[in-house]
Amino acid sequence: MLDKNGIAQRIAQELQDGYYVNLGIGIPTLVANHIPQGIDVEFQSENGILGMGSFPFEGDEDADLINAGKQTITALPGAVFFDSAMSFAMIRGQHVQLTVLGAMEVSQNGDIANWKIPGKMVKGMGGAMDLVASADNIIVAMMHTNRAGESKLLADCSLPLTGVACVKKVVTNLACLEIKDGAFHLLERAPGVTVEEIKAATAGKLIIPDEVPEMKL
Amino acid sequence: MAIHKVVSNAQEACEGIESGMTLMLGGFGLCGIPENSIAHLVKMGVKDLTCISNNAGVDDFGLGLLLQGKQIKKMISSYVGENDEFERQMLSGELEVDLIPQGSLAERCRAGGAGIPAFFTPAGYGTEVGEGKEVRVFKGKPHILEHALTADYAIVRAWKGDTAGNLIFKATARNFNPVMAMAGKITIAEVEELVPIGELDPNEIHTPGIFVQRIFQGKSYEKRIEQRTVKPRS
Repeated sequence: MLDKNGIAQRIAQELQDGYYVNLGIGIPTLVANHIPQGIDVEFQSENGILGMGSFPFEGDEDADLINAGKQTITALPGAVFFDSAMSFAMIRGQHVQLTVLGAMEVSQNGDIANWKIPGKMVKGMGGAMDLVASADNIIVAMMHTNRAGESKLLADCSLPLTGVACVKKVVTNLACLEIKDGAFHLLERAPGVTVEEIKAATAGKLIIPDEVPEMKL
Repeated sequence: MAIHKVVSNAQEACEGIESGMTLMLGGFGLCGIPENSIAHLVKMGVKDLTCISNNAGVDDFGLGLLLQGKQIKKMISSYVGENDEFERQMLSGELEVDLIPQGSLAERCRAGGAGIPAFFTPAGYGTEVGEGKEVRVFKGKPHILEHALTADYAIVRAWKGDTAGNLIFKATARNFNPVMAMAGKITIAEVEELVPIGELDPNEIHTPGIFVQRIFQGKSYEKRIEQRTVKPRS
């Protein structure tokens, strides 16, 4: 089974040289720590920076320099700042090659829910709706089940949607799955996880090929 | 000579703002917010405001201060976490909230300032956001119609400004400030440093002064950090 860093590490294998990448809050942020050697990518944060670097050294933090999670960050050489309309022009205009974000639920046709629990929690969608509506390549990073042990990979989402038919791939603590033709296609098992365990934790339609390799991290 | 825009402080800048008006306030989280003007709005006690701002501040800073005093009737935002008083007022129905996708919010402000009444975007199609909105399919993909936003007053913060109202922003404190500056009937810019005309390089100005009606240098800036994340010096 993977921990959050393991999920990030597996997703980092999807990075390709020259990609501009938008990482959401939570597990997706960790992807930046696992960029494969020999690959150059640039991170976009939708509040207005391309070329986002790591957290600053203690004492160097700047209130004017944050990421979309409101965390203090640094700007790498070659970085650029821009306004919010320009930022979402990059996103809507499909100039960002990969979007990684978290989710509360994903459905077998690629719907995603991650912004609202009616009657309980309303924080808002932030940039998530713009990102999922426009990005070509969307990977969801999340735990396979919620805290109550219920599957987050469903036939239909029960929570209010963030976007429809947009998620292409899901990487969880248990598996890497592709979404196509109205089903989750099991691509890889997390280390030490059996196909049976994945099957039991997946409520949506799951297609299992004859051979399901274990992830190589 | 430049057109006269300089005012001496937040009090003079906010003159004319009345209860019931619609305000745009720049900033993302607490980054790039017009601190001095917000503090003065609290002092003025204007009520029933409609505030268009990406976030609602935190409980005791930023727009949270206006929420504490129940001065806001309606918020138009994309993300309002981080604020308990906000959540309380929203769930109890005291506060009207219109949540819209961040990119649509930015573009609606830009459109408002650019004379474009509405536009189609894919963001929000098939979700609550798209309910009741006109849908059109372009290149096989459904889009929803979003209308431009304008405000009685737009209040922004810049790093440097000159007496002609030209503005330069710093780092990610730029965020919504330039697009909101465009969409105010009256735009107030509070700046960290106000310089005479001729001192800013015209090549490096982000917001042309034509969009700014009043400008002043803020008395002080707390610049509170919402999430202080650092790495240790090894």
